[in-house]
Amino acid sequence: MKTVDELRKLREQVRDMTKLREGEQEVRIVVAMGTCGIAAGARETLNAMMQEVAARGLTGVSVTPVGCMGLCEREPLVEVNAHGGRTLYAHVNAEKARRIVCEHVEAGRVIEAWVTRN
Amino acid sequence: MNLFRSHVLVCAGAGCVSSGCLSTEAALIDEIAQLGLDREIKVIETGCIGTCDLGPVLVVYPEGIFYRNVTPTDAKEIAHEHLLKGRIVQRLLYRDPLTSQIVQTYGEMEFFNRQLRVALRNTGVINPEAIEEYIARDGYEALARVLTAWSREEVIATIKASELRGRGGAGFPTGLKWQFTAQAHSPVKYVVCNADEGDPGAFMDRSILEGDPHTVIEAMAIAGYAVGASQGYVYVRAEYPLAVKRLQHAINQARDYGFIGDNIFGTGFRFDLEIRVGAGAFVCGEETALIASIEGKRGEPRPRPPYPATKGLWGQPTLINNVETFANICPIILHGAQWYARIGTEKSKGTKVFAVAGNINNTGLVEVPMGITLRQLVFDVCGGIPGGKEFKAAQTGGPSGGCLTKEHLEISMEYESLLQAGSMMGSGGLIVMDEDACMVDMARFFLDFTRDESCGKCTPCRIGTKRMLEILDRITAGEGREGDIDALLVLAENIKSTSLCGLGQSAPNPVLSMLKQFRAEYEAHIYAQRCPAGVCQALLNFNIVPEKCRGCGLCARVCPTAAIKGKPKELYRIERQKCVKCGVCLEKCPFGAIVRA
Ligand SMILES: Cc1cc2nc3c(=O)[nH]c(=O)nc-3n(C[C@H](O)[C@H](O)[C@H](O)COP(=O)(O)O)c2cc1C
Repeated sequence: MKTVDELRKLREQVRDMTKLREGEQEVRIVVAMGTCGIAAGARETLNAMMQEVAARGLTGVSVTPVGCMGLCEREPLVEVNAHGGRTLYAHVNAEKARRIVCEHVEAGRVIEAWVTRN
Repeated sequence: MNLFRSHVLVCAGAGCVSSGCLSTEAALIDEIAQLGLDREIKVIETGCIGTCDLGPVLVVYPEGIFYRNVTPTDAKEIAHEHLLKGRIVQRLLYRDPLTSQIVQTYGEMEFFNRQLRVALRNTGVINPEAIEEYIARDGYEALARVLTAWSREEVIATIKASELRGRGGAGFPTGLKWQFTAQAHSPVKYVVCNADEGDPGAFMDRSILEGDPHTVIEAMAIAGYAVGASQGYVYVRAEYPLAVKRLQHAINQARDYGFIGDNIFGTGFRFDLEIRVGAGAFVCGEETALIASIEGKRGEPRPRPPYPATKGLWGQPTLINNVETFANICPIILHGAQWYARIGTEKSKGTKVFAVAGNINNTGLVEVPMGITLRQLVFDVCGGIPGGKEFKAAQTGGPSGGCLTKEHLEISMEYESLLQAGSMMGSGGLIVMDEDACMVDMARFFLDFTRDESCGKCTPCRIGTKRMLEILDRITAGEGREGDIDALLVLAENIKSTSLCGLGQSAPNPVLSMLKQFRAEYEAHIYAQRCPAGVCQALLNFNIVPEKCRGCGLCARVCPTAAIKGKPKELYRIERQKCVKCGVCLEKCPFGAIVRA
């Protein structure tokens, strides 16, 4: 560490190490991971979401499992809380998960065709 | 860098380590690996989170779910249910002691959301052994700014304007102390951090060193720049092995990164740091005794002046500050003196960390703005008194301080008002006592401590504290005499006015303040041979109330010394000479016929 610039550069690199602990994330992705969800492949969905978030270098995004949402026949279910809205997607496989991160989370366009309403 | 979807913080303060957090953590890590979640979930050991009676404690982010008293088996369940399936394990959540409501998250707990964490901002949040986590939270930015853009005078002016006062006990203005040391003429000066923390019951300095060691290192380097010192020492007691280990690790990391050592940030400024481990004597927290101890001499105080700022370590000008004082420095530099001076009261700025113990629901460590009332601190932040008992008193300032009573519940917790009430801030220890505490016994406890810790150099402290303790011993043994209270008062005044250092000058304080607030209790012990709180064994007597006794004989059967005599269906009696006052009869009597008086 020779200069102040080096310190600041390093800080940018390590910022994400503690960001998860600092209150509200701008985008919260929630994957239903009850036994039903897991049976329907929610693990792969969750993994794909995380990989895509990491690959795109998105910050301020959390990916969290929650228990069964009660809509078992539409699993895997993913809820995206972003840009002031709350969207529930049904039958989200790994492929769809990646598209949701790229189109909805990053670009802010809800993918209407996959949205489910109760 | 790998992205973790969840962080699980494991409190690894010394309190939680004693309650077994390391095996809980091992079980958690093991189960996470078994479930194949180890690339998604990161387990982080932090410093003290503050809820010491709830350990082992886990906090799961991003949700901030707070789990308490987590055993290794519980940890496996959390991994399975919460981390894998997203189902919060309800039975391990915290229950508010006042409302009995279940509280899910860290942020919703009264204990946390009433706090304002400045000195403890990183403690319990970051991994103290990872310098990167400290850097991520603006670590070493204050040092960088100061070294590259500020003059020494600007640093001192900022600390002065913040009106920060020393947290080691006396509350001396920190900026002034820095200025005096800066003005002393000498090519060699030192910065010393006082981490002796001798007040029994206080553990904020330990928690800061264990939980956020870099904040102390960074502040000491800033102080070195401001006063013109290039060498620092942290004086820690040997009873704090975890603090010593984490601090040493942090010093090594800081040196590797070039935050301490030669030519810091290419500015030519050099500052290095070493730990000095003390054997853990209360008097070694007194600054001149501490300096003597670092020099390898007996830890005994010497008269002041000269103050360390002009003649300190090895005769050179020395800045000595407390751990918590240093922990406030970087936020002041980063956010500005005005920001800091807006927190607190007119004369006591900023926050204060209290170590709360005794008869209280949430024992632990809390940081609150100066000026909070005693009532808010005890009842709102710390959840009040357990078992529906009444608040009787709170001791502040440890063995050098005094007690506050019910009449003081609305007192503003700050330096001056505590002094006025006959107590003091001290290092921030707060021992809460309920109706069952005996104030003679409490005073005896503190005096026994100071008598034991007196270094013996000056006569008033060495002999005076012993004489006072002898009187208190007699009073609690039921052998109090006419004139004892007056003798205590005279001794106290003499010891206070003639002792060499703060230890002796303050040792009589607990006795004086308890005598002032609870004189009737002392008189009951002396003149009526009665301990109103029922604590002093020698003064206790067990009696059978004739109207209530049905003559069942249970008491006689359970009495271990066969001190209870009688026939079934008739009144039983306790023989005083044989009774050892164990209280078993009182506990067992089905009719409440046995009383203690
Ligand atoms: C008997 C005695 C014990 C003390 N113990 C401590 C201690 O454990 N830690 C501490 O910081 N200051 C302690 N002090 C106060 C120090 O002498 C000194 O005032 C303090 O370290 C200055 O730092 P500050 O201005 O940051 O508070 C003690 C004083 C006395 C008289």
